[in-house]
Amino acid sequence: MIAILAIAILAAVFGLLLGYAAIRFRVEGNPIAEQIDALLPQTQCGQCGYPGCKPYAEAIAKGEAPINKCVPGGATTVIALAELLGREPEPLDGAAAEKPKAIAVIDPQECIGCTLCIQACPVDAIMGAAKQLHAVIASECTGCELCLKPCPVECIHMIPIQTDTSNWKWPFPAAVAAPEVPQTQTPADPAAASGRATV
Amino acid sequence: MASPPLASPRRPAPRPLWTFHGGLHLPDEKALSSGAPLATAPLPPLLVIPLQQHIGAPAKPLVGVGDLVGKGQLIGEAQGAVSATVHAPSSGTVVAIEERPVPHASGLSAPCILIATDGRDAWADLPPSLGPRPDPEALRERIRWAGIVGLGGAAFPSSVKLRVPAGQRIRTLILNGAECEPYISCDDRLMRDRPGRILAGVRLLRDLLQVEECLIAVEDNKPEAIAALRQALADGADLEGIELVVIPTLYPSGGEKQLIRILTGQEVPSRGIPAQLGILCQNIATAAAIADAAEEGKPLISRIITLTGRAMGQPRNLEVLVGTPIQDLLALAGGLGPGLRQLLIGGPMMGFACDDLAMPVTKGVNCLLALSATEAPDPGPALACIRCGACAEACPASLLPQQLYWHARARDLDQARAYHLFDCIECGCCAVVCPSHIPLVQYYRFAKAECLAQEREKRQAEHARQRHEAKTARLERLEEERKANLRKKKEALAEKPASARGAPLAGAGSPPAPKAPPAPTESTTSTASTSPTEPTALAGHPPPAAAGAVARGEADAAVPPAVAGTTPTVPGATPADSGAEDPKRAAIAAALQRAAEKKAALARQGQAPKNTQDLTPAQRRQVEAAEARRRELQAEEAAASSGREQP
Repeated sequence: MIAILAIAILAAVFGLLLGYAAIRFRVEGNPIAEQIDALLPQTQCGQCGYPGCKPYAEAIAKGEAPINKCVPGGATTVIALAELLGREPEPLDGAAAEKPKAIAVIDPQECIGCTLCIQACPVDAIMGAAKQLHAVIASECTGCELCLKPCPVECIHMIPIQTDTSNWKWPFPAAVAAPEVPQTQTPADPAAASGRATV
Repeated sequence: MASPPLASPRRPAPRPLWTFHGGLHLPDEKALSSGAPLATAPLPPLLVIPLQQHIGAPAKPLVGVGDLVGKGQLIGEAQGAVSATVHAPSSGTVVAIEERPVPHASGLSAPCILIATDGRDAWADLPPSLGPRPDPEALRERIRWAGIVGLGGAAFPSSVKLRVPAGQRIRTLILNGAECEPYISCDDRLMRDRPGRILAGVRLLRDLLQVEECLIAVEDNKPEAIAALRQALADGADLEGIELVVIPTLYPSGGEKQLIRILTGQEVPSRGIPAQLGILCQNIATAAAIADAAEEGKPLISRIITLTGRAMGQPRNLEVLVGTPIQDLLALAGGLGPGLRQLLIGGPMMGFACDDLAMPVTKGVNCLLALSATEAPDPGPALACIRCGACAEACPASLLPQQLYWHARARDLDQARAYHLFDCIECGCCAVVCPSHIPLVQYYRFAKAECLAQEREKRQAEHARQRHEAKTARLERLEEERKANLRKKKEALAEKPASARGAPLAGAGSPPAPKAPPAPTESTTSTASTSPTEPTALAGHPPPAAAGAVARGEADAAVPPAVAGTTPTVPGATPADSGAEDPKRAAIAAALQRAAEKKAALARQGQAPKNTQDLTPAQRRQVEAAEARRRELQAEEAAASSGREQP
């Protein structure tokens, strides 16, 4: 009897505790969707078939979308998503090869000032007014290409970002010491190993 | 690391010294170049001045092609928080502003100002001397104006470094004369030949920062420099608190963090800066440049460069103008010897290859090193890491270079970071001791660059996300506003006729009609409506005017359809009632009344309108049919309106 009572009291106490915790520490929104959103490149390009990065993140979180739809993110993003979600990394969807990063540039000779690209830009990176020359703010452009389609005179061109001293990266040393990779991958070769040991 | 304080091996120094982990005793090779006295390089015909010679944002050019510039004239203004100005190193004409190869590990081109020198070397107007005890703000501004950057090699703008954040106080100023990298002897030569300039700069910095102690650190492999500084310290005046500290020779004791460790025993926090410890480090050449700027108003337009190596014709130190092409300098040092294997910009440990001799020297270039095959034999292909641990023993930052190597090679950047990749100072000790000749530092540089690129991308993505959200929110807000406006307009529209009908409706106690009232009643209701003060009539007890309107409404509704056609009842349409507010409507009403009166008069005289005379029977039937339809319609409408208004 006492045992039953004790268990009942314990159950009640824990039930209350859990109930309180459920209210007190309630999670607003879907945290996994936000984590996924943080991994996406935020170009808002819609190439995944969703109207922006957040909707795609939410779709992945619900399990409705595969993780390999993000073209601008490339393989890196797919791997990061796979790691986050504990899934197998998949090859990037479609034949879309990873393009070099580019930004949109408006040809001032051809722009008619129609403001269609301004409306299309998801990050407000295009400046201008009706019948005035428009210009892309280079530092804000994400290279999503959404402005290309609406342009009636096709005056917007994607220009790849040039490497200069400010964004140059040290290359992977394999390019410098090419023979290293095969040698380190075959450490089982006894002759090579002993030969190296005597160096 | 609780290493015991070491005394300097040469002299009984009063100051206790500490050691850092690892480090290497390398053959210093400084005697190659340090023997020849300091000379000044002649004026080159063309100066190529990169707009970015420092860490931070490039300078903005202030001159155009064809401009005449004087020596020391400001030609590039600093832009952004971390940046440095650029000055014309000699007088001449700006011939171009274009991309040229610059001394950078990438070998890429960057914007440069090209000046064809006129040979006169005429100074532009220089600012006046600040005197022996300058105002701190004036001195900081002068240092900023003079474009002084750290001359030890990193080229960090000195004015930024000297702007100590509020709440932090610098107690110890360290003057770095260690010059620990082999071959380089430019600081050695400066200390030997111009100790007075260095001390003048140290004095200025001491007063600027109000430090408690001021240490000049020199490695003990430079006895002549130590003697010269000691002599200058003994001879000079106003040098209180300035102390010369001789430290043991050990690469890389000239590294900022290592030097702080040696002198104070403190460790700079991971990814922190010495200012957090109340310590500030400056190179001795930077101090001399500050003295020149403050006392003579001269900007930083020249520096001392070591030209050395066994493949260099005549190794020596030269004071050269910033922007002098490397090939001109090599000619002054006897040219490159036949045994050349590699020409490096910087020292043997941290330098990078120079692949274009047209490159200019910049503020950050301290050495041009022509290595022969005997000095730098080809290490052969890199072999497998055998986990010997020699690199970890040599690492002056107490890192695990092996682990960093594996993770960098696997591109596992998170792990590399976890092993404190960013505490690596790229000194190269690990690569020197590696028995497998693995280019370890290159892996770390690669991993660091990847990490920084990832961070940058993440920042950009976050920025883009915020902008996208801002845009979405703005669009939603605009849509909301548009809808609200539309609603308001609709309500205002509905309000008008409602108030117009308000009086009769209230009087009749009927529910409000949403639609505009039908035509026959409009003329009457509108007359009552137009006074904007009347909607109060809706309250329930109608004022007299409203009561009149009700009576009219009833009368109106009671008019039989047949009569309504001939005598349109517009009793309210008298000018007195309606007029002032709506003259148009009043005019129409008046015209209708006149027409009705005329018609009635004609009818009394027994005359009918002439347009119905002489009609064929078929036409007559048509007219009658139309009249019947009209009567039907009018009857319906009258019934509907009376039914609505008086249920």
